[in-house]
Amino acid sequence: MLKAALLISTSIALLSFPASAAQDKVKIGFISTFSGPQGVLGRELLDGFNLGLKHLGGKLGGAETVIIQGDDQAKPDIGVQLAEKMVERDKVDVITGINFSNVMLAVAKPVLESKTLLLSVNAGPSQLAGKECHPYYFSISYQNDNVAEAMGQFLAAKGVKTVYLMAPNYPSGKDQMNGFKRFYHGQIVGEVYTQFNQPDYAAELAQIRQTKPEAVFYFYPGGMGINFLKQYAQAGLKSEIPLYGPSFSLDQTILPAVGDAALGAFSTSFWSETMDTSLNRKFVADFEATYGRVPSPYAATAYDGALALNSAIKAAGGSKNREAVRKALETVKLDSVRGDIKFNTNHHPIQNYYLYEVVKDPKGRLTNAHRSEVFRQHKDAYFESCKM
Amino acid sequence: MGILLFLEQLLNGLQLGTMLFLMASGLTLVFGIMNFVNLAHGSLYMMGAYFAATLFQLTGSLLLASAGAFVGVLILGMALEAIILRGFYHRDHLDQVLATFGLILFFNELVRMIWGPQAYFLALPEMLNGSIELIPGAPYPVYRLLIILIGVAVGAFLYMLITHSRLGMLIRAGASNRGMIESLGVNIRILFTLVFGLGAALAGLAGTLAGPLLAVQVGMGDGVLITTLVVIVIGGIGSVRGAFLAALLVGLVDTFGRMLLPASLAEMSIYILMAAILWRRPQGLFPAHG
Repeated sequence: MLKAALLISTSIALLSFPASAAQDKVKIGFISTFSGPQGVLGRELLDGFNLGLKHLGGKLGGAETVIIQGDDQAKPDIGVQLAEKMVERDKVDVITGINFSNVMLAVAKPVLESKTLLLSVNAGPSQLAGKECHPYYFSISYQNDNVAEAMGQFLAAKGVKTVYLMAPNYPSGKDQMNGFKRFYHGQIVGEVYTQFNQPDYAAELAQIRQTKPEAVFYFYPGGMGINFLKQYAQAGLKSEIPLYGPSFSLDQTILPAVGDAALGAFSTSFWSETMDTSLNRKFVADFEATYGRVPSPYAATAYDGALALNSAIKAAGGSKNREAVRKALETVKLDSVRGDIKFNTNHHPIQNYYLYEVVKDPKGRLTNAHRSEVFRQHKDAYFESCKM
Repeated sequence: MGILLFLEQLLNGLQLGTMLFLMASGLTLVFGIMNFVNLAHGSLYMMGAYFAATLFQLTGSLLLASAGAFVGVLILGMALEAIILRGFYHRDHLDQVLATFGLILFFNELVRMIWGPQAYFLALPEMLNGSIELIPGAPYPVYRLLIILIGVAVGAFLYMLITHSRLGMLIRAGASNRGMIESLGVNIRILFTLVFGLGAALAGLAGTLAGPLLAVQVGMGDGVLITTLVVIVIGGIGSVRGAFLAALLVGLVDTFGRMLLPASLAEMSIYILMAAILWRRPQGLFPAHG
């Protein structure tokens, strides 16, 4: 029903603009997961991107901008269908919005071959940062391993001797744990991969209690994270073994749904809703005023994505000369809610990573409070194998 | 494996099993008696969780919220049966699958429109939030114990209802020969609506109980539906007794499988169990039809 409605509204939008008028418009193909249990991710990304666009007066680089939205349903094949349609029929200038790494890898080939700019505002698979990097591919968010690397670094420096690892059994889960292990050199006393979207963790929690590690590092985004946190607290483990995770396990898509269960947990990230830059304060305040909730890192990177496209299109003097836009994006100064970021040679960001602790804000809501800086101007582990 | 850990995992397996039983009992009754495939059973589970979460926010009482959700899903189930599903009893299973799959999409979209895509929070009262040392040295969450108790109580209630009441007699008769009880003058329409409502309410109860443990979110019923289908196939379609035993069996196999087997094999453990049982008993453990 929604899809039919989308299709009709898209068609109407397309039909009501004569081809000549559409010439100087910037067309953005926004593919993301809008349905199913992970549908909240697409919503966060699109809302963040739209807020960026709104702050720019609805224009990217001074040109009217249309967003063509597509729901990949978290399925790579559907992502490819949408991308091919957007590239061939809608002739979009940029494809962005993709949140799942497996969708990104599938979509990359047809989009990049058509020399359409592919801007990631979330997914950061290692392949596209290393050997398969491409002049037309940019990630404004991070490379998947980075956030977990920061936590590995922090726990190693803290002198934590034993860590128990938990993640869902899918590629990104393994990436996170590998990123962690790249910087953490203490003892891993357990490494458990659970079924993707497993609802109940009672059996695994009993194992953790028996193993008695000093810390638990876990990667459970979205609903899985909510389940895990609630059950961890109910099992009485919260007061015994502290929890550490990448921000995906403790962001604002999760915190409002877990009550006090997350209080005192630590995460690492490139951004938090409490980050104290003037642009970020404006972003968080306006996001909350517009959408009635506190933004997550998904929304923040999507917002940055809109700002980056704006700067690049402005510098290139319009969106139609794709080579110029691409080149501009490499060198243009990035305005970011994260403060100082820039693209590395593999088109992935060089940025800082911080430690956050989940605390209550004055309104009694859970929020990620800044604790320390873990990495300054951190680069991913793959850029050296990228030859462009 | 130490004895403490073994006992704790035993409880975990039982808790998962009783939860599955609440889902499976309703589904197996509807499937067995009405010969109707209801894929939307998971949506009723989801609606139970959302009703309870909403009522909890309004009233602050988990008991009131649970009761309200139970009645709410009961009414929703009966309305669904009377308005839409009744028309599909005489169609073949594929039509029923299509129609109820459509309902899954409908309910997921409906929930997204009313409650939004963000997960919803359902808290536990302080009394239920802690752990007790039932086995010395292995604290166990009070709430999970409560789920086991409720599951066993519902099992006992259904046993009494089915074996010792007039309604139960009709249900059993309907499961073994629908045409016969119709020709004996039983109002099968009302019986079906009641059975469907009961099954829906039990799914709603399962969703309500799952609320404080799990993320209350769009699509939360889709995954549990698949496991539930495995349970009713193992138990024998139409048999509540079979559903009870199969649910416990699946709960235990899944829990111990996750602990003892490598990840990829653990994901398959309940399907291997199903295949093994169907190999020896193609009708399941306690087939209701002769």
